Amino acid sequence: MNILGKRKIWYTISLVILIIGLLFISFKGMNFGLDFRGGTLLEFKFDQEVSNEEVRTLLADTGLIEGAKVQQTAEEGINGVLIRTKELSPEQITEIQDILSQAYPSTEVLRTDMVGPLIGQELRVKALLALLFASIAIIIYISIRFEFRFAVVAILTLLHDVFITLGVFAVIGREINTAFVAALLTIIGYSINDTIVIFDRIRENMKYYQRKMSFVELANKAVIDTLPRSINTSITTLITILAVYFFGGASIKTFMLALFVGMFAGTYSSIFIASPLLVTWQDKISVK
Amino acid sequence: MRYKQKRILKLVFIVAIILFSYFLYHFYGINLGLDLEGGSHIVLQAEPTEQREISDEVMKVISNIIERRVNQMGLAEALIQREGRDRVIVGLPAVDNPNEAIKTIGRTAVLTFRNAQGDVLMTGDAIKSAKAGYGGAFREPVVNFELTPDGSKKFEAITRQYLGQHIAIYLDDEELMNPVVNEVIRGSGSISGNYKSVEEAQNDAVLITEGALPVPVKVVQSRIVGPTLGKISIQKSITAGLFGLLLVGIYMLIYYRFPGLLAAVILAIYGLILLGTLAGLGATLTLPGIAGLILSIGMAVDANIIIFERIKDERRSGKTLKASIDAGFKRAYTTIIDANVTTIITALILAYFTSGTVRGFAVTLGIGVIVSMFTAFFVTRNVIDLFADTKLLNSGAAFGLKGRK
Repeated sequence: MNILGKRKIWYTISLVILIIGLLFISFKGMNFGLDFRGGTLLEFKFDQEVSNEEVRTLLADTGLIEGAKVQQTAEEGINGVLIRTKELSPEQITEIQDILSQAYPSTEVLRTDMVGPLIGQELRVKALLALLFASIAIIIYISIRFEFRFAVVAILTLLHDVFITLGVFAVIGREINTAFVAALLTIIGYSINDTIVIFDRIRENMKYYQRKMSFVELANKAVIDTLPRSINTSITTLITILAVYFFGGASIKTFMLALFVGMFAGTYSSIFIASPLLVTWQDKISVK
Repeated sequence: MRYKQKRILKLVFIVAIILFSYFLYHFYGINLGLDLEGGSHIVLQAEPTEQREISDEVMKVISNIIERRVNQMGLAEALIQREGRDRVIVGLPAVDNPNEAIKTIGRTAVLTFRNAQGDVLMTGDAIKSAKAGYGGAFREPVVNFELTPDGSKKFEAITRQYLGQHIAIYLDDEELMNPVVNEVIRGSGSISGNYKSVEEAQNDAVLITEGALPVPVKVVQSRIVGPTLGKISIQKSITAGLFGLLLVGIYMLIYYRFPGLLAAVILAIYGLILLGTLAGLGATLTLPGIAGLILSIGMAVDANIIIFERIKDERRSGKTLKASIDAGFKRAYTTIIDANVTTIITALILAYFTSGTVRGFAVTLGIGVIVSMFTAFFVTRNVIDLFADTKLLNSGAAFGLKGRK
């Protein structure tokens, strides 16, 4: 099996997916949720079914849900309504609660979430900072344990995985929240983890086969030798993620979906992008 | 003989760790975050006024007053924490009406007595204590208050001056009542503010007694989860996690045969040690935290897969089982360390830069990865050694090897 010989094919596949994703990100934009933009989310549970229109009519006079989204709750087996609206004060939230409780005595508050606009902005800055510092720390660690070029390629690979995940979320228009940021950082950890297992084998092969094999050959051997591990690990991880996605609660679904996309991309990129990039780098040095 | 004794000692050590972990888990239990147990997380931000800047001193006063207010409302296990330069975080356990509580906690709450022109005649400082009770012609909920000696003199003078006129009582800018002074008041009095319940009156009483905040605070974030949603989340997550683990176990068994079964048992041991560690450290488990746990389980499985694949490689090159196990572990060590250290770095940075539920995720992930390294290096090694002499590991099918005896 000559995986690295066909590297132009893998580069093309990734580039096409990345470009589609980037086009969606720049023209359609990401669907930033409450955590980033600020606003209020209210979720109520009732004994009987209550329609979105009934809720809208009840609350129309308060002026608190102008331009708000009213939906049925995503939690299975529960009669509930989800309201997304602008930033509200505790007084205003209580007002909405009181009106609903009067109309439906069984009203129970599942959750209320209020995020001021400043907090959302801070979260964005913090998330970017965390990403930046994690990247720097990882570059330093890999440069020490491996070589500088391994570090650069590892970072390129993880950016690949992060942007594919962002792209998929832009295409499907799924809302981005704090859990999504946590998922992205997990993907970074996983992507690096996956890439390093193969790099570790390349490093080892460089020691044993430096004289007998060209760099492409020994890198290809490393990818093939670690293939069973790559496949088994991604199957077991993806099984767990899918199990939680389908059987876990509604609030954890975005997180799991991001993990699934990111880890899928991570497995693909550690095999088809990371090691090929190292070979391309090596070729550039040899030509000089 | 020496080798055998050493091995028995190590196994005893592993059993001791398992028992200790169970003990920690059983007696300390795992703290559940607000998204699993219900509760509130409120971020209050102090806002400077023309008279007052935000200083360390001001923030200390604010968090003290908030703490007293929370205690007075009878909210046990509340958590009050300063964050950054001008913020206070309040964590409340599940209460019936959290938004009502938040209103009380965050109010500036200056009580003033004003005349018809709106001039302030006296402030709440003059009041020694306030309590909710019933009063008036209809036995309605009221706030009864007692005046300080100075306040008593002051109020006596005021009521004398305004006898037969209106004196309004304000809490912040809200007029509680506007009664006519019927008699000269000294010592104590009562305020009836059209309260719907004694609890409402009690909340105002708390504000009046515990004093005004030096500057206004604004609720910049509030996250409230009702107990029902928490219960749904934790039940579903546990079911999903167990189901995922079961599937992983089955997969490992089919692929690696007997060693796969060992891996599944080791995974269960890993789970127990992890729960014990989390309980012992007093970590708080949140919903993303459970996700972090599941991810670290994935990494624990990965460590076992790396080790098994290495042993398989060594077997293929023609070594005996014992030599393969030795060499396989040795070579797997560096891989596992390099791969996991980067994850730990990410978890540490995440824990440092974020707060709330995401930090919970980072902490559980970090602890999970560290425990998984221990399990891979120590538990897996010794459990595999235990069966090294048996046919179960020596057979061709073990580790998924084909066509080898």
